[in-house]
Amino acid sequence: MAGVRIGLEIHCQLTGLQSKLFCSCQGDYRGKRPNTNICPICSGLPGSLPLLNQRAVEFATMISIALGCEVPNTIMFYRKNYFYPDLPKNFQITQYNAYGITSIGIEGILDYGVKSTRIKRIQLEEDPGRLVYDNMDVDTSYTLIDYNRAGVSLVEIVTEPDFIEPKDVRIFLNKITSILEHLGVCDTRLDGSLRCDANVSLGGGRRVEIKNVGSFRDVEKALGYEITRQKTMSLRDIEIKSETRHWDNTRHITKQSRTKEEEEDYRYFPEPDIPIIFLGNDFLSLLKAKMPELPYERKIRFLRDYGLSDHVAQVLIDKKELADFFESAVKIYSSSPNEIANWIVSDLLGFIDDSKKEHGSLFSGLNIEAKHVAELVRMIDENIINRNIAKMILTQMTKTGEMPSYVLDKLNSSIIDSKDTISDTIEEIFRSEKSAVIDAKQNPNVANFLLGKVMQLTGGRADPKLALNLIKSKLAIMNNS
Amino acid sequence: MSNRLYHLNAEQVASGIKNGDFSAQEYISQILERIEKIDAKINAFIAVDNKAAIEKARSIDSRIHDGDMIGGLAGVAVGIKDNICTKDLKTTCASKMLEGYIPPYDATVVKKLKESDAIIVGKLNLDEFAMGSTTEFSNHGPTRNPWNIDYVAGGSSGGSAASVAALECTVSLGSDTGGSVRCPASFCSVVGLKPTYGYVSRFGLISYSNSLEQIGCIGKTVSDVVMVMNTIAGIDENDHTTKVSGPILTETLRGIPKHKSQNNRNIRVGLLRELIDGIDPAVSKCFYSAIDLFAGSDYKCEDTSLRSVEYALASYYTIAMAEASSNLARYDNIRYGFDLSPEGYEWNTHFTNVRNNFGEEVKRRIIIGSYVLSAGYYGKYYLKAQKARQMIKHEIKSLFEKYDVLVSPTMPILPFKFGERIDDPLRMYQIDIDTVIANLAGIPAISIPIGFSAGLPVGLQIMANEKREETLFKVASSFERIVNIQESPKI
Repeated sequence: MAGVRIGLEIHCQLTGLQSKLFCSCQGDYRGKRPNTNICPICSGLPGSLPLLNQRAVEFATMISIALGCEVPNTIMFYRKNYFYPDLPKNFQITQYNAYGITSIGIEGILDYGVKSTRIKRIQLEEDPGRLVYDNMDVDTSYTLIDYNRAGVSLVEIVTEPDFIEPKDVRIFLNKITSILEHLGVCDTRLDGSLRCDANVSLGGGRRVEIKNVGSFRDVEKALGYEITRQKTMSLRDIEIKSETRHWDNTRHITKQSRTKEEEEDYRYFPEPDIPIIFLGNDFLSLLKAKMPELPYERKIRFLRDYGLSDHVAQVLIDKKELADFFESAVKIYSSSPNEIANWIVSDLLGFIDDSKKEHGSLFSGLNIEAKHVAELVRMIDENIINRNIAKMILTQMTKTGEMPSYVLDKLNSSIIDSKDTISDTIEEIFRSEKSAVIDAKQNPNVANFLLGKVMQLTGGRADPKLALNLIKSKLAIMNNS
Repeated sequence: MSNRLYHLNAEQVASGIKNGDFSAQEYISQILERIEKIDAKINAFIAVDNKAAIEKARSIDSRIHDGDMIGGLAGVAVGIKDNICTKDLKTTCASKMLEGYIPPYDATVVKKLKESDAIIVGKLNLDEFAMGSTTEFSNHGPTRNPWNIDYVAGGSSGGSAASVAALECTVSLGSDTGGSVRCPASFCSVVGLKPTYGYVSRFGLISYSNSLEQIGCIGKTVSDVVMVMNTIAGIDENDHTTKVSGPILTETLRGIPKHKSQNNRNIRVGLLRELIDGIDPAVSKCFYSAIDLFAGSDYKCEDTSLRSVEYALASYYTIAMAEASSNLARYDNIRYGFDLSPEGYEWNTHFTNVRNNFGEEVKRRIIIGSYVLSAGYYGKYYLKAQKARQMIKHEIKSLFEKYDVLVSPTMPILPFKFGERIDDPLRMYQIDIDTVIANLAGIPAISIPIGFSAGLPVGLQIMANEKREETLFKVASSFERIVNIQESPKI
């Protein structure tokens, strides 16, 4: 894709915080009745003053460190002044300003496989409230405002326009998600906790900003569409305007923003109510020491301590929940971490509903926990079951949540091991599969095919070893006759 | 004297009630009666809270009777400027915008006063949103000078000064952004203090210019002001710009010997030439008479210069208006404010309708403030004003290496008649020249009465270095004793 340049602006809510950025209201506003999670500060009452949440500064610093950014010695906040009903003070307190750098992280870099992207800046700022339209009709006669979200901490991550393909963006976003989860700063499964705007330009031309992209998967689609749109326009010699476009998720197109997004003058100036914050080396080293393990660090540990393959380790750390599940299982049964990992990556993942991968727990709807897999692998190691049986048990477990030994007992009690019953079944199969029986004379492997038919007919309950032996003896008898 | 209890100062009230000379209820009923009788003449109060005041007095008397603990300000009647939030008592900033607004919380200073058992009698008049120097810009009507009701009381805390001067309350709280406590104190012949920036919490003070303003207090004597300061000052977790205070006198100043300073060294007083030359001769005459009294005792008074004064007014107004334009942006009538239904209007139109209800002076400052912050002008005006501010701060600090205190008249003119400066904003802004310096530099400053000229009050301003309230109070108290003004207005 010649000349394509894509840059991202990611907004991450610090859902890991108990309170908002400048007051002690709860950071988690979801599901609360409107305008019940507010106080004089976040609703902008006269006389209220912002009180900076120290932990938010820590979280933002951790993100900066994890993305390889430089962290300055001092940080400050600015006011971004504009009037809008979802903004209680009619200004937003943010680190960004048009005049200089007052970010909490600058000039970082993030590898995501074979490529890397430069991080331009990382900043703290507050979320506005939410405008709610009672129904989606164009002609609603009123708008409702809910300030529950106003004042929630946001970290803005801005990249340089280093991406050249939409799929790279998707890989990058997955990586960021994994890092944020590992740091414990953001629960990315919560609705609206992670938002992404993109800037696209072609061949050094003007930038188009794309907003309102709902999910990360949609980002790839939106970018694909926008690049095609711009290419088509340039082929026809139509001028590409520098503008903001909105992603329409129903029609899957970007369209011109209805509101006129001119270059607004935000009259930035330093926030007088928040003194300059000194970070310094002590703060940074203390923070680095107590920071949670980063994904790439965890992967190195998986390779080293558990002897996992690169591919398997990568799949596990890509979703923190999987990596956690793995380590919990190994804690319970530590002799075969590789086996456990493979079961998770090859088999268990297959049960996970694809659509659940973005919101909610990976394991929702499945009744399986780490102890189930741990027990399963132990039983394999101790030759209590073979892999085939294990697979059957796994399927059963995910439905019922019963422990493997329990499932096995149930299976065994229904196992047919009466020679007579099995012989009768074999007779039936031999009658219906005459050509196979003939082939079996030349090809001993056909016996397995016949076994398969027996298992099918007995609903999987025949003892396979016994059945196979009987089949082979019967064939031998037939051959000799 | 028992039917004229309202003449007493705060120290006398507190000890009188504590010793049982009179009850809190006796005292407060006289105060409330006095307000009832004379406030129509001067219009110092926007709201009087009779019920709560009487109830508080009753509670104090009952606790005294039971031998329980009472606070250090028990019984003292305090008026609160109406830009400081009082829970369940309407707080309007003398503006239509906050007509009927009832805060759901107390400002920290109010909370502290209540805890010390002070009796809050009501809310005091001001220029709208504290923007003005005469209280003529109030939506509640102007406050009149108790010494001569044809003259302005000063501003923006006109109600705070007039009420104390007219004996309607023992002490009062005001706010001082560019002189708004000291100016009316000077015009009304009472003591007014602006503390070091960060000594008193601004939580609950409705912001006009956050990097410049502080809550200050007004009283009949320096001791009274110190007493209130000791109660309201201190680090507040609700205001991150508050600082640890230096030593503030915890006893009253009665112990200070009359003529000799504590050390043998004379206290060095710098007279700021630029603020004395060229002012109204009626003021400078009175000023020099007072200086003559001080010199020759413990004080070494010397002429000195603060050259960067020439940038002070421009720097002050640029910064104050810029911050104001942002602080007042929140008044859009969506969450609180006067009754106006948005029905039938979309956001921009409704917003425009609402904002039209600011007074002229407020509108003026918001417009100019927005301008100096706008892209392309930020560097030319706002940044430059901050640079000038640093320059002034720097020069003042170096002066404080040579002098313990700096002194000037509080106001360059005598109080004037209503309407005299109201049509010319620049002429109005100019009278702040003496007072803005202390706000720009964040240093403490106090105005004490030093006499009258043509029947109108003159005040003297003393400034000390940042966090040097102790020096300030000692000097102010000593000056006060020397000039010894005893009069009360005949109202």
